[in-house]
Amino acid sequence: MTTDTRTPETVAAPSGRSTLVLRRFARNRSALAGAVVLVLLFVLAFAGPYLTPWSYSHVDYGALRSAPSAEHWWGTNRIGQDVFAQTVRGLQKSLVIGLLVAVLATGLASLVGACAGYFGGWTDRLAMFFVDLLLVFPSFLVIAIVSPRLRSAGWIAFVGLLTVFAWMITARVVRSMTLSLKEREFVRAARYMGVGPFRIIWRHVLPNVASFLIIDATIQVGGAVMSETALSYFGFGVQPPDVSLGTLIASGTGAAVTYPWMFFFAAGLLVVFVLAVNLVGDGLRDALDPTAKGAAR
Amino acid sequence: MNPLLEVTGLDVDFDGRAAVRDVCLTLERGEVLGLVGESGSGKSATALAILGLLPGNAAVRGSVRLDGSELVGAGERELTRIRGSRVAMVFQDPLSAFTPVYRIGDQIAEAVRAHRDVPREQARSRAVELLDLVGIPEPALRARAFPHEFSGGMRQRAMIAMAMAAEPDLILADEPTTALDVTIQAQILDVLRAAQRATGAAVLLVSHDLGVIAGLADRVAVMREGRVVEQGTATEVFDRPRAPYTRQLLAAVPRIDTPRRPRPATGEPVLTVRGLTRTFPVHTGTVVRRRSGTVYAVDGVDLDVRRGETLALVGESGSGKSTTLFELLELTAPEGGSVELFGQRLGTLGRAEARALRRRIQIVFQDPMASLDPRMPVGDIIAEPLRAQGADRAVIARRVPALLAQVGLEPAHADRFPHEFSGGQRQRVGIARALSVEPELLVLDEPLSALDVSVQAEVLELLRRLKEELGLAYLLVSHDLAVVRNIADRVSVVYLGRTVEAGPVDEVFARPRHPYTQALLSAVPVPDPTRERHRTRILLPGDPPSPTRRYDGCRFRARCPLQADLTVDERKRCAHEVPEFEGDGAACHFARAREVL
Ligand code: SF4
Repeated sequence: MTTDTRTPETVAAPSGRSTLVLRRFARNRSALAGAVVLVLLFVLAFAGPYLTPWSYSHVDYGALRSAPSAEHWWGTNRIGQDVFAQTVRGLQKSLVIGLLVAVLATGLASLVGACAGYFGGWTDRLAMFFVDLLLVFPSFLVIAIVSPRLRSAGWIAFVGLLTVFAWMITARVVRSMTLSLKEREFVRAARYMGVGPFRIIWRHVLPNVASFLIIDATIQVGGAVMSETALSYFGFGVQPPDVSLGTLIASGTGAAVTYPWMFFFAAGLLVVFVLAVNLVGDGLRDALDPTAKGAAR
Repeated sequence: MNPLLEVTGLDVDFDGRAAVRDVCLTLERGEVLGLVGESGSGKSATALAILGLLPGNAAVRGSVRLDGSELVGAGERELTRIRGSRVAMVFQDPLSAFTPVYRIGDQIAEAVRAHRDVPREQARSRAVELLDLVGIPEPALRARAFPHEFSGGMRQRAMIAMAMAAEPDLILADEPTTALDVTIQAQILDVLRAAQRATGAAVLLVSHDLGVIAGLADRVAVMREGRVVEQGTATEVFDRPRAPYTRQLLAAVPRIDTPRRPRPATGEPVLTVRGLTRTFPVHTGTVVRRRSGTVYAVDGVDLDVRRGETLALVGESGSGKSTTLFELLELTAPEGGSVELFGQRLGTLGRAEARALRRRIQIVFQDPMASLDPRMPVGDIIAEPLRAQGADRAVIARRVPALLAQVGLEPAHADRFPHEFSGGQRQRVGIARALSVEPELLVLDEPLSALDVSVQAEVLELLRRLKEELGLAYLLVSHDLAVVRNIADRVSVVYLGRTVEAGPVDEVFARPRHPYTQALLSAVPVPDPTRERHRTRILLPGDPPSPTRRYDGCRFRARCPLQADLTVDERKRCAHEVPEFEGDGAACHFARAREVL
């Protein structure tokens, strides 16, 4: 190998990792499709209420359990509420809750887990004590006690609560992955080059656990939507007359065979939502992993 | 009579990819055939194909005849029988060859019984005999040990004992000494030679190390890209190589006996280390952790590096050389002793000063795959030290392509990831990263040991060129003395955490004074069959002692070959008085120069 004779100045500045990841993501067809579907879902959820004259809580006594028609696009439910209006309203809630909880919980988990693993010592012991404490706390009980007080704070507080009880196991896994990464030579190399600890976590540790984090986050999305439903059952979280996809599915399940429109629109949207998130997640994972098959540079 | 082993037209494909092409080999009874090549040359695949040990995704064509009977296409039953009784194997990693939950002695006895129908008791005593034969001390006791209780060298001996148990016609040794230190390697090669003589078996020795082959093989086959490019007697191949590749290989391999005059450096000292120590606690107990001992990893290391000079720190694994490096690079006060970097004493520095020092000292790691973040494009990897020093974007964008060109890589490849490069190229990336902040001292931690011979030569050349161009000082840690001879100006030898000898490289190599240095140098094989077979080797008995003990007197005493010639009084002196090391010289009471190369 001989030295290059071209003057280095003539070569364009190399692109950094973020540009490369973006480029790789954009080349991934299915990931892009997932992203488009997500955007469409958001459009549907937030523009939908303006498309229909019905509001989600309005009761049309003239049309109980009516099948989809020009009047009520997706039919009405047992007490004559418009299913389309309800579904888009519920979609709004579930999209935001699902994504926010997943992102926040995974973010919190990776921050705590990576710091605990990287710094070790007292940071580690404290963080893990806290994690174990939260794990043994009966989360439903805590939410039951706290949520009446938070009712005024609205669904944001609810997102916070769901997050608080969703990150611990992930954090533990991230911690143990960090422990082994910390021994890897490239982390040691970074340390000897004078890179600060938080930079190392951000630039070396997290990208190398990204595959796990992304899979975890995509699972969390579905999980958050469903646990929100479970809580609604017990009278916390989204309360009637307000609706979420979860509550709609729960109340429509019984009618799935006899009045399918009450169930399938909500359920179908949830499936589409989770699928889209999975596609985006897979795409992101492949974009971050340079050795992934099929992802061109 | 037909030859013992006859391989004709052997082809091996892995998932349709050609690994071995048209290999023809013959092996007579009692003969040693060396199969040599770089990684990916197909030498191991050939050896495994002979035994029918390739994984399921491999397709084998051609013919392998053992004593006239065809092995390619033979049933698994038949092959197992042959492997148990006629062919024995010695692998690189003996741990994987022993079942961890059975005692070594029982496993060898098992091999004996597989071959001969003898009662259990007799097989067991035969196992002990064999362990004795391969030089394991207290064989009866050791036969009762489990594999993990053996050191690497001992395991390899036990493996050879197991191979001998079956009284095979053919011993297949695949890189039998690659994972071992040189002095242990010398022991094992000796044992292998003895085993061959005792059993009269033919040996197929697969190795990348030309020196090992030169010392053992009667005939040599050189492989490259799946083909045998040259075959002949050892002297023919080494002295009058015909294939251009063999010539190239022989020229590329660094030799310990090449004379080279180092330049005496006169610059100001860059690094001065005096009496460095570092200990690690040993904990036992899972529920209640107790400190049960101390590992004296580094226990009195002295180093001097001057501007523009290369100092090689030489020692075997466990000698504390890597710990020494990492201690230096922490830039904090050492546990004991003193470290001065560029005239500043470590431990007295503020944050800003430490940061400034970081720029002046950089490191290149041993395994380029492990030391480069797999998820980062190399442009970012190279820019990392620059970013840590707070360089701005414009500077980084300008420096990165320039650095890539400087180490002989394509500047446009900055947005590729480490796995897209070859081993040698990756090491160049590692070097570029270290150079990015224009350091004055480069610490090289075994920079070549993960690379193939021809790639080694290229990287060695690059390092030499960079040193000339940039006036760098190198602190090179290496166990490969041939590499050291080819690049270092001065050398410092450590044994069990302590410097035992130091001096200009030509002097130390030509006239080593410490008995350990002498043994070390004599253990390094040279790729020259005639010389290799007539050298006197100083074989050290046993393994390096445990660093968890403190030693009175000289720590080399238990293995010191000089002990036998000393009088009682002199021995007492060794036992009670620690030989001091100062400046250039040897830490031995009875040091005397001896030529060993
Ligand atoms: S001091 Fe004594 S034991 Fe130590 S190396 Fe010299 S002769 Fe051998």
